[in-house]
Amino acid sequence: MTQDSPLADNAAAPPPDDDTPAETKLSCKGLWKVFGADEDRARRVIQGHDGVIGRDALEREGFAAAVRNADIDVRTGEIFVVMGLSGSGKSTLIRCLSLLLQPTSGELIFDGRDLLGCSEKELIDIRRHKMGMVFQHFALLPHLTVLGNVAFPLEIQGVSRFDAEERAHKMIELVGLGGRETDYPSGLSGGQQQRVGIARSLATDPDLWLLDEPFSALDPLIRREMQDEFLKLQRMLGKTIIFITHDFDEAIRLADRIAIMHSGDIVQIGTPEDLVIRPANDYVRDFTADVTRAKVLSARSIMRPADEGTSFAGDVAPVDRVTDFAARAIETEAPLAVRGRSGRLLGQVDREAVIRVLAEAE
Amino acid sequence: MSLTLSDTSAGGALQRASLLVWGATLAAIVLLWIAAGRLGWIADPADVFVIPIEGWLSAFVDWLSDDLSFGLFTFRDLTRALAWVLEIPLSFFITILSRGTEVPLGAERTLTLPPVPWFAILFAFVWLCWVWGGRRLAILAIAALGYLVVFGQWGSAMVTLSSILVAVPVGVAGGMALGILAYRSDRVARGLTPVLDLMQTVPIFAYLVPVLVLFGFGPVSAMIATVIYAMPPMVRVTMLALRGVSPELLELGRMTGCTRRQMLWRILLPSARPSLMVGVNQVIMLSLNMVIIASMIGAGGLGYDVLTSLRRLEIGNGLQAGLAITLLAILLDRMSHAYFAYRETPRAQRRAQGVNNAAMIGALLAGAYVVGLIFPALTIYPDAWVIDTSPFWDGLVTWINLNLYDYLDAVKTFLLIYVLVPVKRFMLDVPWLAVALLLAVVGWRLSGLRLAVTVAGMAAFIAFTGNWEKAMVSVYLCGISVLIASTIGILWGLLAARSDRAYGIAVTSVDTLQTLPSFVYLIPVVMLFQVGDFSAMIAIVLYALAPAVRYTAHGLRRLPSEIVEASRMSGCTPRQMLWRVRLPLALPEIALGINQTIMMALSMLVITALVGTSDLGQEVYIALTRSNVGQGLVAGLCVAFIGMISDRLITAWVARRKAQFRIE
Ligand SMILES: Nc1ncnc2c1ncn2[C@@H]1O[C@H](COP(=O)(O)OP(=O)(O)OP(=O)(O)O)[C@@H](O)[C@H]1O
Ligand SMILES: [Mg+2]
Repeated sequence: MTQDSPLADNAAAPPPDDDTPAETKLSCKGLWKVFGADEDRARRVIQGHDGVIGRDALEREGFAAAVRNADIDVRTGEIFVVMGLSGSGKSTLIRCLSLLLQPTSGELIFDGRDLLGCSEKELIDIRRHKMGMVFQHFALLPHLTVLGNVAFPLEIQGVSRFDAEERAHKMIELVGLGGRETDYPSGLSGGQQQRVGIARSLATDPDLWLLDEPFSALDPLIRREMQDEFLKLQRMLGKTIIFITHDFDEAIRLADRIAIMHSGDIVQIGTPEDLVIRPANDYVRDFTADVTRAKVLSARSIMRPADEGTSFAGDVAPVDRVTDFAARAIETEAPLAVRGRSGRLLGQVDREAVIRVLAEAE
Repeated sequence: MSLTLSDTSAGGALQRASLLVWGATLAAIVLLWIAAGRLGWIADPADVFVIPIEGWLSAFVDWLSDDLSFGLFTFRDLTRALAWVLEIPLSFFITILSRGTEVPLGAERTLTLPPVPWFAILFAFVWLCWVWGGRRLAILAIAALGYLVVFGQWGSAMVTLSSILVAVPVGVAGGMALGILAYRSDRVARGLTPVLDLMQTVPIFAYLVPVLVLFGFGPVSAMIATVIYAMPPMVRVTMLALRGVSPELLELGRMTGCTRRQMLWRILLPSARPSLMVGVNQVIMLSLNMVIIASMIGAGGLGYDVLTSLRRLEIGNGLQAGLAITLLAILLDRMSHAYFAYRETPRAQRRAQGVNNAAMIGALLAGAYVVGLIFPALTIYPDAWVIDTSPFWDGLVTWINLNLYDYLDAVKTFLLIYVLVPVKRFMLDVPWLAVALLLAVVGWRLSGLRLAVTVAGMAAFIAFTGNWEKAMVSVYLCGISVLIASTIGILWGLLAARSDRAYGIAVTSVDTLQTLPSFVYLIPVVMLFQVGDFSAMIAIVLYALAPAVRYTAHGLRRLPSEIVEASRMSGCTPRQMLWRVRLPLALPEIALGINQTIMMALSMLVITALVGTSDLGQEVYIALTRSNVGQGLVAGLCVAFIGMISDRLITAWVARRKAQFRIE
């Protein structure tokens, strides 16, 4: 990220300091999930409409879909957050992506491979080596110690006990539970239990890391702390992450991109900033209304073209959020310079612009 | 219901319709009663027409044991093989725990192998009790096993223990295997559930007859009967426990790429372990409950001692052996609970850390065995030191008969003349068709046509297999006992609900009552009242009391505290509170308690055949002595059907009531 690349400045068209669009890790197209005994008929109905059928039309056929026509591309190395209220279909979506649930219709590509065409055996293999999952209620095995729980996925794969435990020890250190290896889950606090869940999901060094409301069962202070550590971990590990939450603040804190779900539909996909500046509809707008805008808006979105010959009070990166530089911007009259990676001047942020954001004025 | 509330005219119509139905039913019953004088089959079809199901069943079992062949081997070979397989561990345990054996060495000499010395076994038990349950359990073990030793019950107790040691693992493994199958396949589950229902309502005696015919008389068939009796709850518990495993854990299994087998052994069974333990405990308790009954088809040990003493009316001996079984039951119950708790405690907090218990106890037993080989006299507690209390008890019985006879007999006679006999007469007088009609109407009003057909059909089965009269005697005995038990139980439950302490006391007492094998209840009753319907009734009441107390107290205590507070705020006196608020709300729960009471009363009913009743239980008992499979099974089914009729009706009523109140 911080490395200067000599090519960066020359690359012409799109804003040069955008990360080059990363390759896609996991993508789904036209994904539907309908529950019930009649799923086969539902599939025919949906496919009969080429995968596009309105809610009412489907209901007339007697079906209610938990996930409707979802199109998602998760890029390698990003934190992709799925946000929605209870019952909006988030869990169903993530379970379809990991094929814990068989989607009713649609296609699913993981690492260039068609997941729906995989045999059960290949699928077991993919899950063993490529995916890791963290559960809302931790899903720790009560009869195993912390060490046993973290080593569990490795032992299932047939890794020798010694190697499995060595790896598990490392993971336990990583999540900051060193010294608690021989404790049983019942003796741990909620936050500690979820650390075990996280360590376990990382034990197999998966590429794709799935987290279904991992912090929802924790109280707010612990949740905050866990979020920070989660970000720290991700900076070290650089996994591709799908993270489910019903808490918009959490989504904004963690996400590179957010998908907002509303009764089975994916309403909008975008960066936190996109959602705040360009909400796709009133539903999204309602969510973003209470967001502290300074935490979301970046320098790029409030800058204006730099005036000739101004003297700047300092530099900011285009992706820096207003909260990061608000104090500096307000201290002095002089504007801040927005500079790309290689130091090219992209624009300037004025003191008034920052104050307007802080005052939450449109 | 909402109809009655919202629309009074419709409500009135409904009520009128309901009155009409009941009036018509009553009239029909009276007519049937009058008609029964002329048409015998309305009263009881036994003399006119009986469906020969008994004969069919007997013939079927005969065919099984004589003719059925699977090509390479016959059914008889199969049963023999099964018996042989079970025989091996059983005789092994009996040999090393109780009897010892003689090994021929060459022509003349034999080597006498004594059993493991009693003190080593006692020490092993006490040690385990201390490790698992601490000092209190260890003291219990010393007291219970000490009793066995000092009062001369050791040898028999070890025979009983041997059969438990084999029956419990077999029952647990079999129950778990079936439970796992049922968990995996809905089809198996659907097939198994009604069979389990039936097995738990068919009285124990009825199992004995076919087992006797197929496996012969002896300790192994007794054990097979025990396993059959003790297994159903394990199947059920396993199914429930596996279904209760959190869906997240199943997903975890799939996400970590578990195979089916890994899923079962590494996720499902370990995380269901606490619930499975409940099942194991049940298997232990049911096996012990079966000890005496199984001795009717050849189990030795304490059960045999109790049974023979009861038959000979040697109260003292019976009491001693009965107490031994009771103590063994309580000890094994507590031990199993302590062990489960121990398994759930983290290793670091366990007692006797660093001691390999299995190795230690193995070494102890082996060492003691060598000592016993060298000094055989040590292996058995000297007869001269045994205390026999039976003369005292027999003396007490004589004393009671001499001094209290008049009072006891007066009570008994009074109840017999004014309550038991009139009720019995009445029950015998009611025509079966009238009863069936009444049941059908009740079933129909409570739930619908399906229930009506079910209950009436069951009544018809009883009538047309020629068992109506005996069934009515059962219903009468059971009915009165249930009435008394429920009254006492509900009153006790009311008291128990008043404070935490009273509740604790009640729960402990009731738990202890339920650990006692059903047979044990007969001993003191016979001691006081001799044999007959009256003694049977008392024994049934004592045995069936527990659920009524438990459910009442639980139902009353479980009420949401807001409701209680709200009624207190609206100025209810404690009495109004009880009658207007708590009882009506707790009624469904209490009804379930009474339902359980009925089930337990029925299971005890059959056992009271031993003290001379003339009901279905007697029928089963006679079938057992004659090895008549058909008679035994049909009479057993009749008992089961009585239980199921009341169960279905009560459950339907509870469901309706709960729906009215919208309690879940
Ligand atoms: N196994 C199932 N069978 C039938 N319906 C289901 C099933 N699982 C979920 N649903 C339904 O699908 C819809 C979406 O459920 P889902 O669990 O995906 O929501 P969610 O967004 O994860 O909610 P929460 O925040 O409560 O976890 C809900 O209406 C739910 O009732
Ligand atoms: Mg969810």
